[in-house]
Amino acid sequence: MDSTDRKIINRIQTHFPIDPRPYRKIGRELNLTEDEVILRVKTLKENGIIRRIGGNFGPYKLGFFSTLCAASVPEDKIDLFTETVNAYTGVTHNYMREHRYNIWFTFIAASREIIEQNLETIARDTGVNDILNLPATDLFKISANFKV
Amino acid sequence: MAPKDLGLDNKTIKYIIKPMLTDIEKKVVASLQGNIPVCQRPFLVLAKGIGISEEKYLDIVARLNEKGIIRRFGATLKHQKSGFKANAMVAWKVDDARAKAVGEIMASFQEVTHCYRRDPAPTWPYNLYTMVHGADEATCHAIAEKIAKAAEVDKDDYTLLFSRKELKKTSMQYFD
Repeated sequence: MDSTDRKIINRIQTHFPIDPRPYRKIGRELNLTEDEVILRVKTLKENGIIRRIGGNFGPYKLGFFSTLCAASVPEDKIDLFTETVNAYTGVTHNYMREHRYNIWFTFIAASREIIEQNLETIARDTGVNDILNLPATDLFKISANFKV
Repeated sequence: MAPKDLGLDNKTIKYIIKPMLTDIEKKVVASLQGNIPVCQRPFLVLAKGIGISEEKYLDIVARLNEKGIIRRFGATLKHQKSGFKANAMVAWKVDDARAKAVGEIMASFQEVTHCYRRDPAPTWPYNLYTMVHGADEATCHAIAEKIAKAAEVDKDDYTLLFSRKELKKTSMQYFD
């Protein structure tokens, strides 16, 4: 990754041009040809530095409900619990963390009730009953920009 | 059904803006939530995919963007490969009366990417959450200390939860 790659990355993490020729627009801003921008972005994706390029949506604005859940899962149930939870498409992020509450996942669904029902089902299917449901009541910041 | 009928509290209702997306807007949302193609005219490719013109597609994207329905449009990096090797979720216990002001202080730190308030649970006393990213775990601890000092939070009133394993990481697929 060289300084031109860094400039491109910093340019396209937010406000990707909504333009028929977005890479030409970026190229004009950075004094590069459209082809060069396309080639570099392709390479950054192939190298795994860019995970994806697309739209990111807030669940609430689309009418969905979102929450953070934490579960206290015994060692011998971690695989079963992970498999059970990850099978829900609304579970988008799931991390093992160092704490008594050792499995943390985000859960998005059409309503709060659906999430509560799903958590009950998960508890029944896995025997893990200590699951916290922690919906956000205030959002102060959400951003995923890293100056590189 | 009104949010109140769903049993949601007022603080939660505040975040629910009932969407009035048309079917075609939903299709545009669905087409944008994957990986858009890297080529000269990516929006033409996406527009063809849902059977509308490039011009109409771009109009809809611009409108969704203006309305804030697209929260962020652009590249998402793989953190591990871009120099931020450690991430910790820091859970904070702050007096309710101070929570809003403290949340805003925490959000102002560049190292903080996410900052939320959540109601505590009987077995879990924390009410503010920040995601911090750093080169290593010691850096994350140092960042948390710096935030604690600025926000006047005692060191016993916060905890760092380091991720030990990524078990799933995807984007939500809406209207699929």
